[in-house]
Amino acid sequence: MELREYDLNMGPQHPSTHGVLRLKLAVDNEVVLGVEPVLGYLHRGMEKLWESLTYTQVVPLTDRLDYIAALSNNLGYCLAVEKLAGIEVPKRARYVRVVLAELQRLASHLAWLGFMANDIGAMSVLLYAFEAREDVLDLFEEYCGARLTIHGIRIGGAVRDLDTPLVSRIRAVLERIPKRLEDVRALLDENRIWKERTVGVGRIAAAAAIDYGLTGPGLRACGLAWDMRKDIPYSSYDDFAFDVPLGTNGDVYDRYLVRLEEICQSIRIVGQALDGLPGGEFTAKVPRVLKIAPGEVFHTIEAPKGVLGFTVRSNGTDKPERVKMKSPSFINLQALDHMCRGNLFSDVVGILGSLDIVLGEIDK
Amino acid sequence: MPEDQADRPELRELLAALAGRFAGAVLASVVDEGELSVRLSKDALASALRFLKEEAGFNALEDIAAFDNLGSAAEGGQRFTVVYRLGKFPGALRARVAVDVGEGESLASAVPLYRSADWAEREAFDMFGVRFEGHPDLRRIYMPDEFEGHPLRKDFPLAGRTGGA
Amino acid sequence: MSDGFEKAPFLLTKADLFITWAQKNSLWPFGSGLACCAIEMIATAAARYDIARFGMELFRASPRQADLFIVAGTVTNKMAPVLRRLWDQMPDPKWAMAMGNCAIGGGPFPTYSVLQGVDKIIPVDVYVAGCPPTPQGLIHGLMTLQEKIARSHPTKEILAPHARRPS
Repeated sequence: MELREYDLNMGPQHPSTHGVLRLKLAVDNEVVLGVEPVLGYLHRGMEKLWESLTYTQVVPLTDRLDYIAALSNNLGYCLAVEKLAGIEVPKRARYVRVVLAELQRLASHLAWLGFMANDIGAMSVLLYAFEAREDVLDLFEEYCGARLTIHGIRIGGAVRDLDTPLVSRIRAVLERIPKRLEDVRALLDENRIWKERTVGVGRIAAAAAIDYGLTGPGLRACGLAWDMRKDIPYSSYDDFAFDVPLGTNGDVYDRYLVRLEEICQSIRIVGQALDGLPGGEFTAKVPRVLKIAPGEVFHTIEAPKGVLGFTVRSNGTDKPERVKMKSPSFINLQALDHMCRGNLFSDVVGILGSLDIVLGEIDK
Repeated sequence: MPEDQADRPELRELLAALAGRFAGAVLASVVDEGELSVRLSKDALASALRFLKEEAGFNALEDIAAFDNLGSAAEGGQRFTVVYRLGKFPGALRARVAVDVGEGESLASAVPLYRSADWAEREAFDMFGVRFEGHPDLRRIYMPDEFEGHPLRKDFPLAGRTGGA
Repeated sequence: MSDGFEKAPFLLTKADLFITWAQKNSLWPFGSGLACCAIEMIATAAARYDIARFGMELFRASPRQADLFIVAGTVTNKMAPVLRRLWDQMPDPKWAMAMGNCAIGGGPFPTYSVLQGVDKIIPVDVYVAGCPPTPQGLIHGLMTLQEKIARSHPTKEILAPHARRPS
């Protein structure tokens, strides 16, 4: 009996597709010839819905895009609206936003770590990472009552100021996380099985990465130092000293290392922001009914998954004419086919995990 | 927000080069806050994008956003406007290219230049019905293939034509 | 149903108690993680909220091996037939939980592509409200389901299959 090339269906219900993603795989024995993602199983019509809501009402719905990093979506959207409306956010709120956004990056990367390790088979790491993440979620819960769909960043500032007890609890959590990270690194970094499943797997060259529009840690793992926090700074990120971790090979292992290092850099940024919290007004004065004169703006931020952008077009009313979201996961997923070709079928799960996608953001 | 990103002189030079190369196709332009924004006639789209990528160094296509102008006073006077957001990194320069296209008309696909345009164009087709000539596989990306209508058009109801499930 | 209960012999009642005790303490969830609620479901399964206390840590990837269908997240019209097929593949006895506002009634998405509630396609036993429900909320829902199972009469279904619940 001769084995022929065949097509395999993966998803939309699958434990390792990080949501309702369907992958059509063309395989020859166990070697992947091509991957075609089929989207739309979580398409909720967000952009259409936003056109019938006020600018303020849109904020909680942006949580549901990248639901693992809700505050990033809030920040991206609020910055775009503020730019369009000409709202100047005071420095104190900008620093508080940086603290929230970086804590959210921590939580997001810890979730990614747990999921990716679990998919490859290291289940203990899922439990370690989620336990560390729970500490950060406790901080969010104390801040505004929500763990996951937080919308703590609002137009003009944030839900509330950081008070002294919360600041000291943030510092306490930040001290605990590096130890947990060390535990995970001791388990994985030089682990022979981990390295065999990740080193050299899912490679993408820098030029191809740029062509595919890859952004975020996936691009930086190819050695390109593109980070919106440095390139087009927003919310006072240029006040803080931090490094942008880079990889060399653009494979799964480098993407793993880059994100782990980003966790350490986030801790560094939050420390500086807390140390340097300026006094003064907290939020900007935003009218209760926010009407914005006709215009259009495109604003990007460095979200944990990549470059997140919002195009907001206004028409003089209190509702946006159009909000278009540039979704990093949507664009990054296009590179999956390129990364998987020539690899084994069992590597697809690892490569998908290293891309760190969220279906809420892909499907909108 | 790039509060202190003043006008970049490179953008003014770029605009001059564009206007020179594509005389008559540049319908409107402005350089503001570190970004060049041009409105092109749709026939010049493919060559203008090629110029911007290969000669001006805009190596990243950040986004393609389509707009339905139904019911609003659109500058271009056509049903749809498609906006291409290009970026040059490193250097952090941005360019916005807007083209107007009517219903039933099509635009040249940007996929031969930027692979990242692939799904973005499929999304514009799915949600608005704008067609892109030269796209390798132009079909719906979110809605099922047999779905009728283009949801993000202004005359498509939020709850859908079947009244919502 | 209730008059049958009075007439049920003593042994069958004891058998019911034993069977429901076994069922409710070893529910194997089929975690249909669709959207944001899935993350809270996984957090419930993680170390801090520890769903293993209830015997439910074994999330099965295949519906054939599971008995609790947790619909966690928004059900879109495109995904609905897939969910229905998954439910049909689950063997009896099975229960369904609608976790989160989207699964209960479409949540914040009254749009052209969202099914306004998973109970339009499968029969739901417990509704857990929240957007997303906290892990404590999910556990409360699971405990409510356990109480519901404790009140059921599996021996009736075994002895009289025509009395089985409609699917």
